Amino acid sequence: MDFSLTKEQVLFQQMIKDFAEREVKPLAAEVDEQERFPIETVEKMAKIGIMGIPIPKQYGGAGGNNVMYSMAVEELSAVCATTGVIVSAHTSLCAAPIMENGTEAQKQKYLPKLASGEWIGAFGLTEPNAGTDAAGQQTTAVEDGDNYIINGSKIFITNAEFAHVYVIFAMTDKSKGTRGITAFIVEKGTPGFSIGKKEKKMGIRGSATCELIFENVVLPKENMLGKLNKGFGIAMKTLDGGRIGIAAQALGIAQGAINETVRYVKERKQFGRPISGFQNTQFQLADMNTKTEASRMLVRKAANKKDQKVPYSVDAAMCKLYAAETAMEVTNKAVQLHGGYGYTREYPVERMMRDAKITEIYEGTSEVQRMVISANMLK
Amino acid sequence: MNIVVCIKQVPDTTEIKIDPKTGTLIRDGVPSIMNPDDKSGLEMALQLKDEQGAHVTVITMGPPQADLILREAYAMGVDRAIHLTDRKFAGADTLATSHALAGALRKIDFDLLITGRQAIDGDTAQVGPQIAEHLDLPQVSYLEDLKFDGDKTFTMKRHIEEGYQMLQVEAPCVVTVLSSANSPRYMSVGGIVDAYQKEVEVWGFNEIEVDEKDLGLKGSPTSVHKAFARGLKPAGELYEVETDEAVGIIIKKLKEKFILN
Repeated sequence: MDFSLTKEQVLFQQMIKDFAEREVKPLAAEVDEQERFPIETVEKMAKIGIMGIPIPKQYGGAGGNNVMYSMAVEELSAVCATTGVIVSAHTSLCAAPIMENGTEAQKQKYLPKLASGEWIGAFGLTEPNAGTDAAGQQTTAVEDGDNYIINGSKIFITNAEFAHVYVIFAMTDKSKGTRGITAFIVEKGTPGFSIGKKEKKMGIRGSATCELIFENVVLPKENMLGKLNKGFGIAMKTLDGGRIGIAAQALGIAQGAINETVRYVKERKQFGRPISGFQNTQFQLADMNTKTEASRMLVRKAANKKDQKVPYSVDAAMCKLYAAETAMEVTNKAVQLHGGYGYTREYPVERMMRDAKITEIYEGTSEVQRMVISANMLK
Repeated sequence: MNIVVCIKQVPDTTEIKIDPKTGTLIRDGVPSIMNPDDKSGLEMALQLKDEQGAHVTVITMGPPQADLILREAYAMGVDRAIHLTDRKFAGADTLATSHALAGALRKIDFDLLITGRQAIDGDTAQVGPQIAEHLDLPQVSYLEDLKFDGDKTFTMKRHIEEGYQMLQVEAPCVVTVLSSANSPRYMSVGGIVDAYQKEVEVWGFNEIEVDEKDLGLKGSPTSVHKAFARGLKPAGELYEVETDEAVGIIIKKLKEKFILN
């Protein structure tokens, strides 16, 4: 057993930390405050290959692995959780399902542009009445000669406003429930396809979270992703991979909050000495760091299993559950250790606490992760 | 065009501490990085490669762990990497280092040799110019910018105290570059994935053209007499007062220190 990073991963970590510190961190507060999608950061990430880390070189990607990808989301999220989720949704929820389920023609058409970051990807499963209960899809796809006609809407779609490619799900046979769902690839600008209202969110405020609206959208059959009525399986597998990304985001948020707190407690003086000198502070920090390191081990283990191509659904659920709840707990403690200043926007920990909350909700709530984990134990 | 860039692995001095008793650097736990001036020199070479095509070689002299900066250079886009390492090179000062590097450079065809101005661990700024002397090549130090004019000449912008000097120089030549010349690119993810698949050529004494007496401790006329940390200044006194009163306080303090009579 070896817990150390490979030589390539060591080099990668050096680069991504440096990039996050110099290019991403300076924008984080502004992106949050103004609810602004950091498009210039996406362009910089695209230039050095961060938008295509696990995509094979033959499709224009960097040819890296999922451990590197999780490290990227972690380091970006440590300074800006918005930037972390942009990369995570693009990679795990759009490029990955095309890579894993696409025809050769679909891979050739979409992956090089997604990998180079020329195009941004998004994923549309959730609907107003179909969240955790994904089988409650109202969006329909009706066969019409060589096409499918899509009608309906999706909500809470990350990257929506800025994406060029969307992997979406629609009912092709309502009578079959989850066995009547099919996945499709939709491109920006397709007639009848539009972006609806943008959500005003508690955290990750720079990620453009919007509604997708489909009004008689005509999609040629070659835009079907995977087989007819096999969409539910694609969605669930895609979310397994996505959970590693979100767990890495949560891990990053927790680490970012620890970094800020360690700096603060050494500077802040009360009762004539830095608050780092009080045992309460020391014990809180020890707990924060231990749990965050445990999150990291779970995230890396799940990512490594995905790289080894062995089943990782339960590992993904565990790392997402643990890292998300740890992020919430750690950021809460970080704000507490910052005292009144921590509650203000002069310090980044209140943003981190707001950002952390979503990791317990999206890409499967903590309750769903517990369902996945226990179902595997009791089967 | 063939370009060679000399790079050095250095401790990140922004994170270094000095042992107050021995006066030596505490290197434990301090990350090693590519020297910033060298990295800008490398960026200059890679920009020339992007603009008109060039074959870029990096060379470093150092212990086995210096391999890391050569891999970093591969991930930034260089074509060839040479690691100069041999027990005979150990204990070298700047002169012996420049002899070893010049010995290796005699084995490589190049039009342009780039070095950083100076390394942040020693700050001597001697190795680049010494190499140029050993190889009997024209040299331009403190470069801010360089353009290839075609036909074997370069136009160079050199930083001097009063401003800039513009020079036209014929290849082959040696330049030393300032870190303010550019902002070096990040390693690309794809480049990192391939960095350890590529070959780093390891050269020792037998691979280079140099007189053994010029190398290592024997070839080093410099020896460190004593290293010490500069004492810390005590915290200053802060007065929040009107200007007139402030002037009075400053004059009083200067008189106390006998700076004013």
